[in-house]
Amino acid sequence: MTPLPQMFADWFAAKGWSIHPHQQQMLDRADDAALLLIAPTGGGKTLAGFLPTLAELAEGDHEGLHTLYISPLKALATDIKRNLRTPVEEMGLDIRIEDRTGDTSATQKKRQRADPPHILLTTPESLALLTSYEDAQRMFAGLKRVIVDEIHALAESKRGDQMFLALSRLQGLRPDLKRVGLSATVEDPAAIAHLLARHPDPCDILHADPGPAPDIQMLVTDEAPPWSGSGGKYAIPAVLEQVKKHKTTLIFHNTRAQAELYFHNIWLANDEGLPIGIHHGSLDRQQREKVEQAMVDGQLKAIVCTGTLDLGIDWGDVDLIIQVGAPKNVKRLVQRIGRANHRYNAPSKALLVPANRFEVVECVAALDAVKAGALDGDPRGPGPRDALCQHILIVACAGPFCADALYNEVTSTGAYSTLTRPDFDACLDFCATGGYALRAYDQWKRLQQRPDGHWQLRDPRSAQRIRMNIGTIQDTDTLKVRFKGRGGKPLGEIEEGFAATLTPGDTFLIGGQIVRYDSLREMTVQVTRDAAKKPKIATFMGTKFATSTQLSHRIIEMFQQDTWPALPPHTAEWLSLQRKVSRLPEPGRLLIESFPHDNRIHTAVYGFAGRNAMQTLGLLLTKRMEETGLNPLGFLATDYATLIWGLDKITDPAPLFDIDALRNGLDTWLAGNAVMKRTFRASATIAGLIERNLPSNRKTGRQATFSSDILYDTLAKYDPDHLMLHITRQEAMRGLVDFGRIEEMCARIGNRIDLIEHDRITPLAAPLMLEVGRVPIKGLAEEKLLAEEAERLMTTAGLPPEPKRKDWRVPF
Amino acid sequence: MNTCDLSLAGAALKALGSGALLWPDQNLLCVSDLHLGKAERIARRSGMQLPPYETRDTLTRLVSDLDKTGARTVVCLGDSFDDLTAARSLPEDERLWITRLQAGRRWVWIEGNHDPGPIEFGGTHLAELPIGSVTFRHIAKPGASGEISGHYHPKATLPTRGRAITRPAFLIDSDRLVMPAYGTYTGGLRSHDSTLSRLMRPDAAAIMTGARPVQVPMPRGAL
Repeated sequence: MTPLPQMFADWFAAKGWSIHPHQQQMLDRADDAALLLIAPTGGGKTLAGFLPTLAELAEGDHEGLHTLYISPLKALATDIKRNLRTPVEEMGLDIRIEDRTGDTSATQKKRQRADPPHILLTTPESLALLTSYEDAQRMFAGLKRVIVDEIHALAESKRGDQMFLALSRLQGLRPDLKRVGLSATVEDPAAIAHLLARHPDPCDILHADPGPAPDIQMLVTDEAPPWSGSGGKYAIPAVLEQVKKHKTTLIFHNTRAQAELYFHNIWLANDEGLPIGIHHGSLDRQQREKVEQAMVDGQLKAIVCTGTLDLGIDWGDVDLIIQVGAPKNVKRLVQRIGRANHRYNAPSKALLVPANRFEVVECVAALDAVKAGALDGDPRGPGPRDALCQHILIVACAGPFCADALYNEVTSTGAYSTLTRPDFDACLDFCATGGYALRAYDQWKRLQQRPDGHWQLRDPRSAQRIRMNIGTIQDTDTLKVRFKGRGGKPLGEIEEGFAATLTPGDTFLIGGQIVRYDSLREMTVQVTRDAAKKPKIATFMGTKFATSTQLSHRIIEMFQQDTWPALPPHTAEWLSLQRKVSRLPEPGRLLIESFPHDNRIHTAVYGFAGRNAMQTLGLLLTKRMEETGLNPLGFLATDYATLIWGLDKITDPAPLFDIDALRNGLDTWLAGNAVMKRTFRASATIAGLIERNLPSNRKTGRQATFSSDILYDTLAKYDPDHLMLHITRQEAMRGLVDFGRIEEMCARIGNRIDLIEHDRITPLAAPLMLEVGRVPIKGLAEEKLLAEEAERLMTTAGLPPEPKRKDWRVPF
Repeated sequence: MNTCDLSLAGAALKALGSGALLWPDQNLLCVSDLHLGKAERIARRSGMQLPPYETRDTLTRLVSDLDKTGARTVVCLGDSFDDLTAARSLPEDERLWITRLQAGRRWVWIEGNHDPGPIEFGGTHLAELPIGSVTFRHIAKPGASGEISGHYHPKATLPTRGRAITRPAFLIDSDRLVMPAYGTYTGGLRSHDSTLSRLMRPDAAAIMTGARPVQVPMPRGAL
């Protein structure tokens, strides 16, 4: 056993703490090449990760950078800096700790490269940027350890893939580099260890005591939740009661829009003026920092927030988590409640507030799943090649490289360990020449081979552009919102698509305030304060979150009961009503409901096959409907159902579900649908085919830019075998599902399809109406609508057009 | 062929769904803002390597319109090439293709701000082209009448009961017609933009391109 240095032992003793077993183990195994620690939040996990570093640095003879700490969130890096400085200062250690994120000033960043601190806290994007500099070798010269925090969150995304690729670079510079991963409880720790290790070296896993089981319950209210809706407004009095009873409460929402609305509503009901703040990613940085500081200082009783507060941030004395709306992913829920009450031996406490009655059912099923320990998760498949293309460009920025050596380095990364040499070479060719069948860019290659066989940037000045496009997060184009007037206070950002729907005078919510849209100046939305009680425009576009629950079968089982004693009476009544006016879905049958709403025919298909399969089904069904002249306009998919809207009614569903016709459609639909185009845009940006729409580029005027859809269509038409199309197809399939699940569903239901026509929304369909993630279908319906509207407008002789505006929800 | 009939300064015109304009009495087809060679120019200037197929796609659509209309006069209304170097750098087969299209036709290149100088292709090079009471030029002149121009790449958004639909569009009033961009790699300027709202009279109409071109009052206001 490695003894704790005396100075540390004294410090622990002075605090009245004793070292946790897993902290001691981390110290004992400080020399492991790679080590993964699985521990609940609040278990001293971060300190466990840093103890070996602090012990080594306490000896005082290390020069330069010693440990690199990488976390998925900027806020987390800042937070860890604060928490780490406490022991360092109290023990009087001479250790320099700094963070480096997108928020760090240019001067500070420059200084850090010349004179790096002992411990640098950063994010995957900032790390990738660091490895792109020619002086990376010098900056990382003394590096001994890398700590990857919240590795379970990074493991699920391209940000993680990018970070692991950057790690392979660092390992190339520093062969003895030690890797440490810190993770919350996950279903498959070995999969994460595989990502962390230098392939094919092993990576051991340490399990900390998971602590007492979490205490999660559904909040019981006197008031019944509505049929439809996602706000959870009905429960505000009950939530305020809970806030009063606890020290600090975090109130989580699934989307920013919901958080804004809820914050507005909770203040309308907050008669006692409890200090409640709001925090989400669209708010201006200054405003976020103000809330974060107030929370650290213990000034807030509650914070209404979204996932930006989601990852292990140890702020203040949070002793209650409230989740409004059903958690879309049970695993995330359990990780989230790690935030509450992180004294290690007290159970974490969380309350679920279902926003509608379907979510009551979902919450009950989710709680059963937590009790049964059935955390869900999807395997991610091999590393994405768009991130690899970006990595190759980053490597080229740092200096000439040898393709063989880079291939070996890349395949030492877990996610890319199965990457073939031809696939790697195709990515390299794409980076160098664009990879087109028509070799048009010989004169304008990005990378060229030197006489010694090494690759380098043809034009060194291109490094700057490549660096500006580093990152894998797909930002939608946003516009800043400010109060009108010189130096107006910045409020936050809204999506450009939402801004385009605003007319001067419209009011909307941002940062908990109602503001009136005034004008657009130099890509900034100017607003004025508005005293209105109710914002005119309900919400801005919700962030699309991945839903991956496997709760479907639990729910459909629940539907089969004659009565529902486990559910609150209002929800049991709702199910009874559905059974009375329509039916409840059954295993072995397929329920389809059709009803008019909002001038369009809606069709709900309750397939209960999981979101990916329902999304694929939506694409296939709308394609079949387009072929048979039913004029579909769009659809959305949830774990349970696909909701399609269009101009005409389905009268005979059986032919639509003809498995052979669906299968025939599969090959062609992939080419033209909106999901592919959306994916293409994301992958093409990551791979460096197109550049991020930076605000500085946008000021030059709209007619200069054109849609990435045009590039997709052109490529598909003239170069169908191009690498980007292969990547797009592969990446789109991650969000979809192989045809097997659909075939299975069709075999299961056979011809047992129940089509119920109703004159209005049914109880079961109501919750679907507010789901996000709508996919538009641009087919014949569009021509029909255009002709219809044009005729209407032109017969209104001579009058200027006064197009009817609907309350804005989604822009299609 | 679906077209939309228009009238400007006594000339009977037809807007095609592709964004081309036909003047049957003159057997004349007008296309604006082809921006040929745009991918090359972007690669040269920024290093981005867009799919280098936009010139052949634009020409393929132009061939189809020429076949359908049988036009003997072609007016390219400026910004036909993304810049003069792009015009010189077109691959040999695409240069020959343009030459073949020109054979047996009267071909007029109007100068645009992207291609202000002489280019090496045959045909007539003009700053503007008057025919009867109509004048073709690249950028609209305030106060002009009977004018057909391009430059702005107008597009229009129409809210319908299903969704808002955005398409490249012709804008027309009693004085002028502004053509949509014909080139494959071209974006658009919304008719709501103050530049276009100021240029066009209050009673202007927009013809939205697509499988069936449709005429609506020009959408303006909002953003």
